[in-house]
Amino acid sequence: MTDLTDLGVAAIRDGVAKGDFTAVEVAEAFNANVAAAAALNAFIVTTPEKAIEAAQATDARRAAGQPLGKMGGVPIGMKDLFATHGVQTTAASHILEGFTPEYESTVSQNLWNAGAGMLGKLNLDQFAMGSSNETSYFGNVISPWRRNDGGNAALAPGGSSGGSSTAVAARLAPAATGTDTGGSIRQPAAFTGISGIKPTYGRCSRWGIVAFASSLDQAGPMARDVRDCAIMLEAMAGFDPKDATSLDLPVPQWEAGLSGDLSGRRVGVPAEYRMDGMDADVAASWDQGIAWLKDAGAEIVEISLPHTKYALPAYYIIAPAEASSNLARYDGVRYGLRELPAKESGGGAGLQDMYAATRAAGFGAEVKRRIMIGTYVLSAGFYDAYYTQAQKVRTLIAQDFNSAFSACDVILAPTAPTAAFGLGEKSDDPLAMYLNDVFAVPASLAGLPAMSVPAGLNREGLPLGLQIIGKAFDEQGVLNAGLAIEQRARFSARPERWW
Amino acid sequence: MSVDTATVAKIAALARIKVSEAELEAMVPELNGILAWVEQLGEVDVSGVEPMTAVIENKLRLREDTIDADPLTGGGRRDAVLANAPARQDGFFGVPKVIE
Repeated sequence: MTDLTDLGVAAIRDGVAKGDFTAVEVAEAFNANVAAAAALNAFIVTTPEKAIEAAQATDARRAAGQPLGKMGGVPIGMKDLFATHGVQTTAASHILEGFTPEYESTVSQNLWNAGAGMLGKLNLDQFAMGSSNETSYFGNVISPWRRNDGGNAALAPGGSSGGSSTAVAARLAPAATGTDTGGSIRQPAAFTGISGIKPTYGRCSRWGIVAFASSLDQAGPMARDVRDCAIMLEAMAGFDPKDATSLDLPVPQWEAGLSGDLSGRRVGVPAEYRMDGMDADVAASWDQGIAWLKDAGAEIVEISLPHTKYALPAYYIIAPAEASSNLARYDGVRYGLRELPAKESGGGAGLQDMYAATRAAGFGAEVKRRIMIGTYVLSAGFYDAYYTQAQKVRTLIAQDFNSAFSACDVILAPTAPTAAFGLGEKSDDPLAMYLNDVFAVPASLAGLPAMSVPAGLNREGLPLGLQIIGKAFDEQGVLNAGLAIEQRARFSARPERWW
Repeated sequence: MSVDTATVAKIAALARIKVSEAELEAMVPELNGILAWVEQLGEVDVSGVEPMTAVIENKLRLREDTIDADPLTGGGRRDAVLANAPARQDGFFGVPKVIE
């Protein structure tokens, strides 16, 4: 019998519907893989009983002849940034440790309504701030991948959705939710040889997702292939009146619209992404991607996105500014940690002392760093020089994409400047870490749909991803170009099990 | 622009984060490194450019003028709202005494 944990979303959904196996059998198989993979530290909390419960409901619906839903019988991992009713939700922080929401996020509720079940809450960079999953209060996530040099160096699974990428790559889940503020779905997907799409800003409701930078945050699926991403995105997306920036548009049938035939499509290749000193394997994989899309019938056009080099510094003003505002809510009053220091003069501490002590104890170093930067760039006297300037540059970056899209339908670029790096290699140098998102951040600043698909392995035997960026609302174009690459890359490498 | 220890201490106070002397000393070069790097934005000619306010054009909606239109975000959920509070008393959040 096939190992059920080798199956993806579509295969599980179809197999359960046909009766090849039951949803409970699938949930049990994945629960077992999750339980055996503690060494990867992908989960903060596991919820095997939730996965079984949802599977039983799916099996019962099938027995009763009722529709099973888009994700019927599919157990998934839930990034621990989504509020889940009755299940601890921490954003991988100490300050939210023990927080048990009284409500369910819209996106997770949509997934449960579509028949999915929850295997557990996935580890991530604290408050989604990081590119290596090394800022979690609950420890690093270890990538299931290793270099082919025979060494056992622990590698970064990418971030911030590092638990999600590891869980999918290691077959602990057929798919997982991610969120992407400046690359947090795409970069971890690239590092672990899986697919992931960040839809147009507003497609997925932000309600119930722990906020990092509200003008950038978007949820999306991470899965083994493009079809699975299309299915899961359909289940996640949709208008939500509880999110003021939710798009009031019908959810397209992305799965039904999948086609790897790119005849008549124009693919833009941005000159500015070909940077000096670019990793040779990454450059070669990009060239290969261009050749694949040409083979799929697309016309390749050179485009220019002149403000590319300013995207990252603009992001590192805008995102921390929004974070400093969003994270002001963690004050030890309404939820989470409270630290009440003793007063030096004797007696109990005051309210202000409690705020400061709670936040000092509850936030990790990277979170504090970003709150400090954000507070500074928004402070009187500096607001215009930093924040307003960054928002103007953001307008220019969006305009760059608009002009480029008059000459092309989608854009092809690498997802990340390198393959996965070792844990600890960049954690002492915030700027080196930030540079990892150099190719991912521009699409985030412009709110555009963008996805990463696996393209091959580099000389170290590690996965490389290719990124497709599309016009606003054109997830279909992005998915189809991703599919065209997938059909030609035939990426089948998987990490050898060592955990 | 660069920051000194006094400025970092002021930012920490504004951000309501208690920072030790040693942490302050460590933060100064870190923040200066990041600020020096974002400084390059100053090179960009932004004359006549409006700062971005909405990344995808969208209309601001008003909710229906109905009491408790949404059961999750409407009223009457005091206990749920207080359920995760570190301290609560008589249906309120509990905080240290603010008035002597």
